[in-house]
Amino acid sequence: MKKTFALTAVSAVAVVAGCATYTPPTKEESMAVIRSSFQDRGIAKVDRLNQTELQKICSETGNNPPKDVRERLEKQALAAVKFPADGKWLGDHKLGERIAQTGVGLQWSDQPGAAAGGNCYACHQLTKAEISYGNIGPSLYNYGKLRGYGDDIKRYTWAKIWNTHAYNACSSMPRFGDAGILTEDQIRNVMALLLDPNSPVNQ
Amino acid sequence: MRAVSDRAGAAGAVLAAAMLLATGGASAQDNTLQEIERYRQMLQDGNPAELLVVRGEELWKTKRGPKNASLEQCDIGLGPGVVKGAYARLPRYFADVDQVMDFEARLVHCMVTLQGFDRGALVKSPFSGAGQRQTDIESITTFVVEQSRGASVAVPQNHPKEKAAFDRGKQLFYMRAGPYDFACSTCHGVDGQRIRLQDLPNFEKPEPAQRAFATWPAYRVSQGALRTMQWRINDCFRQQRWPEPIFISQGTIDLITFLGVKAAGGKMDSPAIKR
Repeated sequence: MKKTFALTAVSAVAVVAGCATYTPPTKEESMAVIRSSFQDRGIAKVDRLNQTELQKICSETGNNPPKDVRERLEKQALAAVKFPADGKWLGDHKLGERIAQTGVGLQWSDQPGAAAGGNCYACHQLTKAEISYGNIGPSLYNYGKLRGYGDDIKRYTWAKIWNTHAYNACSSMPRFGDAGILTEDQIRNVMALLLDPNSPVNQ
Repeated sequence: MRAVSDRAGAAGAVLAAAMLLATGGASAQDNTLQEIERYRQMLQDGNPAELLVVRGEELWKTKRGPKNASLEQCDIGLGPGVVKGAYARLPRYFADVDQVMDFEARLVHCMVTLQGFDRGALVKSPFSGAGQRQTDIESITTFVVEQSRGASVAVPQNHPKEKAAFDRGKQLFYMRAGPYDFACSTCHGVDGQRIRLQDLPNFEKPEPAQRAFATWPAYRVSQGALRTMQWRINDCFRQQRWPEPIFISQGTIDLITFLGVKAAGGKMDSPAIKR
């Protein structure tokens, strides 16, 4: 009887100690485990785990950093946008549609140097004809028709595509220009899809 | 296997027909979503994964490997040889290796220690390629998960290492990185999101987390193959534009632990069949 009591007491202490001694891993410790769990494959190397300041802040704040931090990140992003040197905003909306439909690019299954798509339809509605569209981003149907075709909206749209964080620090959208996903010519074509009055987006 | 591919082909044709039937207009997407749902219902009629359950059971019970042993003494958490309900309680801490393991990690451990297979060879190609025969890991996983059908998901959080796995998995889930700035949570942390017409489960809510977690592994009709949870994680990171997660690495086990804890109470319904 006495022995049973002693054993129970010991296990009770062990249980309490087990709870009390749990210390969550630090961010750095977790990051070390995460790093050791990935490997290079094709064009996707482990250096992709090196977070930018913005990625880090957005990850750690639930995509909702304090106002001053958010404004600083947005300002930095806008300052780094490369606008078209020749002032030519719009390309071919038909080519833009093709880019919007294509989802390949920068995956380990993609060939090095192969042109990436914009995959706009993954997240946005664009034309009336394409009914297979996602809803992570807002509908862009009638984008130009609703907003006008002036230079201000063209400049805003270019910057939004180049680096979405210029207007929303922790937006989910990729940085198509800043991260080198699309070329300037490709962005011109996507611009035309949105802002050419003849584009199916604006019908 | 011929019957299997015929069935997949027929199902694909039904989907194509359904897509054609959907007409233009504001409700076109709703109609299409309904047709896809109908297609998913039709798929439930017969699951080719049933064949793999049989093959997996045979592999589990047959004496194989350099040590000529079966896996019937493999302890996957409920004691040596206990398979029923075990998958639903994984990942968990295993004292013999002093670490948290998911099912696939534990299976590899048993194939190495009990049967004498070479670990390097096993982890080199755990997933079957297009048109290839399913790997032994995939077949055995199918058999074992089937033995948990109807069991409640109960990924334990008792041992400090189980808690640490959850905490690291959570950090990984919310970590934005790579050229597209994507985290798991970009797609799986908001209600009602879709990529194209594909619904994305929100792992911050119990119901969608349960439904998603409880239906992997699954037979993927579009690939004509059974895909495991480790594959599901791998292919998410590919589309996230991240480097490749190493098969059964700590990070993948941590992430599966996080997802499993979020899905607590869900009823296992795997192997499922998906588009």
